[in-house]
Amino acid sequence: MAFQLKPETVEKIDRMIARYPQKRSALMMVLHEIQEEKRVISNEAIEWVAARLELQPINVLEVVTFFPSYRQKPIGKVWVRVCRTLSCALMGGYKTGEILEKELGCKMGHTSDDGSVTLEYAECLAACGTGPVALVDEDLFENLTPDKLGPVIAEIKKRAAGGTPTPTKN
Amino acid sequence: MPVTETRLLLKHADDPAYGIDLASYEKVGGYEMLKKAVGLKPEDIRTEIKNSGLRGRGGAGFPCGVKWDLVDRKSGKPIYLIVNCDESEPGTFKDRQLVHKDPHQLIEGVMISAFANNVALAFIYIREEMPKGAKILNQAIEEARAKGYVGANICGSSYSCDIIVHRGAGAYICGEETGLIESMEGKRAYPRIKPPFFPAVLGLYQCPTIVNNVETLCNVPHILRMGAAEYCKIGRNNNTGTRIWCVSGQVQRPGYYEVAGITFGQLLNDICGGPLPGRKFKAIVPGGGSSKILRYDEKFKGKKPDGTPHEFTFDEIPLDFDGIASAGSMSGSGAVIVMDDSVDIMEALANLVAFYAHESCGQCTPCREGSLWAKKMTHRMCGGEARERDLTTLYDMAGNIGGRTVCPMGFSTTWPVQSYIDKFRPEIEAKTRENRLGMSRDARLIEK
Ligand SMILES: Cc1cc2nc3c(=O)[nH]c(=O)nc-3n(C[C@H](O)[C@H](O)[C@H](O)COP(=O)(O)O)c2cc1C
Ligand code: SF4
Ligand code: FES
Repeated sequence: MAFQLKPETVEKIDRMIARYPQKRSALMMVLHEIQEEKRVISNEAIEWVAARLELQPINVLEVVTFFPSYRQKPIGKVWVRVCRTLSCALMGGYKTGEILEKELGCKMGHTSDDGSVTLEYAECLAACGTGPVALVDEDLFENLTPDKLGPVIAEIKKRAAGGTPTPTKN
Repeated sequence: MPVTETRLLLKHADDPAYGIDLASYEKVGGYEMLKKAVGLKPEDIRTEIKNSGLRGRGGAGFPCGVKWDLVDRKSGKPIYLIVNCDESEPGTFKDRQLVHKDPHQLIEGVMISAFANNVALAFIYIREEMPKGAKILNQAIEEARAKGYVGANICGSSYSCDIIVHRGAGAYICGEETGLIESMEGKRAYPRIKPPFFPAVLGLYQCPTIVNNVETLCNVPHILRMGAAEYCKIGRNNNTGTRIWCVSGQVQRPGYYEVAGITFGQLLNDICGGPLPGRKFKAIVPGGGSSKILRYDEKFKGKKPDGTPHEFTFDEIPLDFDGIASAGSMSGSGAVIVMDDSVDIMEALANLVAFYAHESCGQCTPCREGSLWAKKMTHRMCGGEARERDLTTLYDMAGNIGGRTVCPMGFSTTWPVQSYIDKFRPEIEAKTRENRLGMSRDARLIEK
């Protein structure tokens, strides 16, 4: 089937492209929109974007493969990124990662078999003063020492099961 | 007298009654300086910023006014302004506060700076991992647009300028200004070689471009309000204004603190409450992961203003650009990572080396291969598989990266590796000799 986006996503993308002095500049923002809707940047998506921005598919592919946030394999329903860089590690970031692996039944760097959770280590998330931290979709969870993981695990499981996210600040 | 913060940029940020909406900002005098600015001559604002001595808060500490002077205004090409909110240097989390808690302050700073430099289109480049920050900024920009602070005919003047929030995608190298520009153009973030590609002359779309850090630009409305002379009274000569320090790691009260004119000891012992119970400070990373490490028990050598040589302790280091430079390191992005006596220094090094190996853009052989090789070596030195020559090889190899690459990131492997070994050689040697599995007392610092 041909690549298709929701009409409102296409509209948003076109409005975005029009704001930049050069079309190609909108590339990263367009990819974000597509990944948000599809949870993946497929080959079909790459061709679609190239046509929209008057580029060759290789121009899009080289950006997709350069930036860690763009994924050519689908991201799970919930995307969990645990910081592993020094400040968080000093406060036990790796231990946090290990407990999450066990509790969520998902290996670090993988997506669970049912596609519900993607669990990964990430580099410094710019919240080092409240480490260890993890980004769950758009929400930052702080001070995640092993004894304080209950709420974040519950929230991840709830979202994985299709529940609506609990609003958080940050 | 107790040591306290000097909150200028963060004055309202943590006030529970203060919101991120436009009304909250206007209530505390917000956008008054933009109204004033559009009635001034752009060059007069630039002179004021130059006289304020404001230095860039993104890493290098380059004087903001001088940077603005370097902009090529004769080319006839449009001039762009890009706000660097990539905030990725390990240990740094100040821009996050400024964006999430007082977005209009940043927007006012951007608009005044844009006006002062005849910019008609500004960008805020924000890292992907701050999705809420991007939403907050977009919402604030729309609010400001509705009130005539952004967009066409700003504050009723003939001046117009728009702001686009552009999101990164998880690559640290987009913090480097030319890598950032490449990625804004829709390409891989490979930094450009300088010369000739100085952003002030050949930046975005080969047009003159100003790249400034979030914190730098948040100072601009305050400088205009106070006047350069009054602003210069905060801090000390050549280190004017406040700075937001991000303290993380093993200290009683980690957090962000906006201070001026204090010492490193006052920050860590008075404001942050000293080491954890029963612990001692061991080592401090003073300016983000790539800066050279300092020992807490070190004696530094310097000269007094009258030229007489003197020795000073870590606690006595003046907490500013020149103070930390005089101790042989740099204040970088203002990120202070504290390690106490429970930490295995070899593991801490391996942790950071893994960061820079992951983040090398891959364009230059010394940085790409060297950082990965350093990662391999430091990991086996932690894991009980060190080879006889590893330490010497690591040290020499690291010395051959920085200065031989397109962008300064080469030094991000050179400086940590060489400074950790210089300052903690016996500990690191013992560790490699013992051939035991590495482990800090409280936490594991590297991937198994
Ligand atoms: C590898 C590397 C990473 C950088 N990361 C950042 C960053 O995350 N944020 C930032 O503001 N500046 C960063 N910088 C500095 C920028 O290149 C640039 O000098 C700065 O944004 C200029 O702003 P300022 O003069 O206001 O400090 C980085 C530099 C290098 C070499
Ligand atoms: S020094 Fe490293 S990060 Fe910088 S351009 Fe070269 S390879 Fe890329
Ligand atoms: S080190 Fe984890 S957020 Fe910075």
